[in-house]
Amino acid sequence: MTAHQPVFDVEALRRQFPILHQEVHGRPLIYLDNAATTQKPQAVIDAIDRYYAHDNANVHRGVHSLSERATAAMEQARESVRSFLNAGEVAEVIFTRGTTEAINLVAHGFAREVLRPGDEVLITALEHHANIVPWQQACAASGATLKVADIDDNGEVVLADFEAKLSERTRIAAFAHVSNALGTINPIEKMIALARAAGAAVLIDGAQAVAHTPVDVQALDCDFYALSGHKLYGPTGIGVLYGRHEWLERLPVYQTGGDMIREVSFDKSVFAPLPHKFEAGTPHIAGVIGLGAAIEWLRGVDWPALIAHEDRLLARATERAAGLPGMTIVGRAQRKAGVLSFMLDGVHPHDIGTFLDFEGIAIRAGHHCAMPVMTRFNVPATARASFAAYNTLAEVDRLFEALDSVRRTFA
Amino acid sequence: MNPELRALYQEMILDHGRRPRHFGVPEHYTHKMEAFNPLCGDRLTLYATLEDGNVKAVQFEGQGCAISMASASMMCEEVEGKACADARTLYEHFQQLVTGQRGAEDIGRLEILAGVRHFPSRVKCATLAWHSLDHMLRGDSTPVSTE
Repeated sequence: MTAHQPVFDVEALRRQFPILHQEVHGRPLIYLDNAATTQKPQAVIDAIDRYYAHDNANVHRGVHSLSERATAAMEQARESVRSFLNAGEVAEVIFTRGTTEAINLVAHGFAREVLRPGDEVLITALEHHANIVPWQQACAASGATLKVADIDDNGEVVLADFEAKLSERTRIAAFAHVSNALGTINPIEKMIALARAAGAAVLIDGAQAVAHTPVDVQALDCDFYALSGHKLYGPTGIGVLYGRHEWLERLPVYQTGGDMIREVSFDKSVFAPLPHKFEAGTPHIAGVIGLGAAIEWLRGVDWPALIAHEDRLLARATERAAGLPGMTIVGRAQRKAGVLSFMLDGVHPHDIGTFLDFEGIAIRAGHHCAMPVMTRFNVPATARASFAAYNTLAEVDRLFEALDSVRRTFA
Repeated sequence: MNPELRALYQEMILDHGRRPRHFGVPEHYTHKMEAFNPLCGDRLTLYATLEDGNVKAVQFEGQGCAISMASASMMCEEVEGKACADARTLYEHFQQLVTGQRGAEDIGRLEILAGVRHFPSRVKCATLAWHSLDHMLRGDSTPVSTE
């Protein structure tokens, strides 16, 4: 081999994740449900622990030391997110409960401020329900029409169809960066360019992408980018909406109440400037701090090596799948990240999931909150193994030994 | 294999899962009930001929995991020919069996499905067909959804 393969010390990385060092049903845990949620490194656990043990106070209002420390920690995390996504300014980083709330915020704003009867919203056939249902609601409320770009048998968006379904009435195109059900990495640079050429705004659902690929929202030239902390080695209940400044100014407020106002009387209220305009109520401060810690932790990881490592895991799994009788991979895109969705002849995905659990192996079985994808591939559900930085080639091999045993049991 | 897992996937269950009995759409039936488990995508439709207070014939079709298919298959075998009232009693006993509220007395060979009680996430698989039967016998025409 002539190409340089970056060294990735997976064992050293694993030592930072306390949860991985346990047995399930008497077997060492092999956690392959990372597309559902990733585990948390000690640095994240410590940051949340430290906040509650030392700095807990409400933010943006206290004059006492604890409140100032909590506020500083929260705003430092916002800067970490800004830098991680290469957003132009911290005011463009809105904290939400997760990707779902981030998309709802934008869809709600579009329904109220942008979409008119006859307008169109374009999504793709591989979206998670979180990037389908909010747009259905926005269209229902505004009289706009939801358009869906096709995917092919490999699980790739058909670019010609995506282009054909853009029109001068398309107000926004919303699509996943990486498919959670299939692993497809969408050619988002091309899709963004096509959407912008048609005059549409662009929202990227980055929930499944950010742990596996670097994101530069300015280079991408997207208008919105949504992500969840818990799929990024951070806590649940916290996520981010990046929004282009002009769009965030234009969109109406989402939830209202404390923290998002400048002045309130019974006649009217004046809203706070960005980013607080979209952050009503006491935020999930510990979550924000945990997310900041996760991002800082990720900064210490060698990204090219991490990507190469995860590619090796997926390549090994794909290669072993070809050697397992009766196994079919669902989703064979040229570019994939972290996800192996599959069927095993004669064995329902849920039976696979229960059986593997007794081997200490955690996978997901079901529709992965992407029922239209299941319909497209004419399957009721799939089994899904999904990888993260701390998984090993030996774990992939153990998965396939266990799958072979499942196959023989049910044959 | 782990004993709990072996208890869940006994040979008879695997056999009914692979080759479900009473499977397919019958030519004639008086009642039809659809059932869906949105969590895992299991779907089945139950077809029955109810006459003079008896379950004269019952069949199902659909797709799902080994547990749901085996449970549907064995249910059809057990309730066909029974009085509707007795079939409902069996439904109640079965429901209590798989949720751990009752032992295996008066349940016959359905006992082999009792292992599912150790798998809370799988109880819905075992009861999907039975809920359909219950709806049907109660004259409730709303499709079954296990949520």
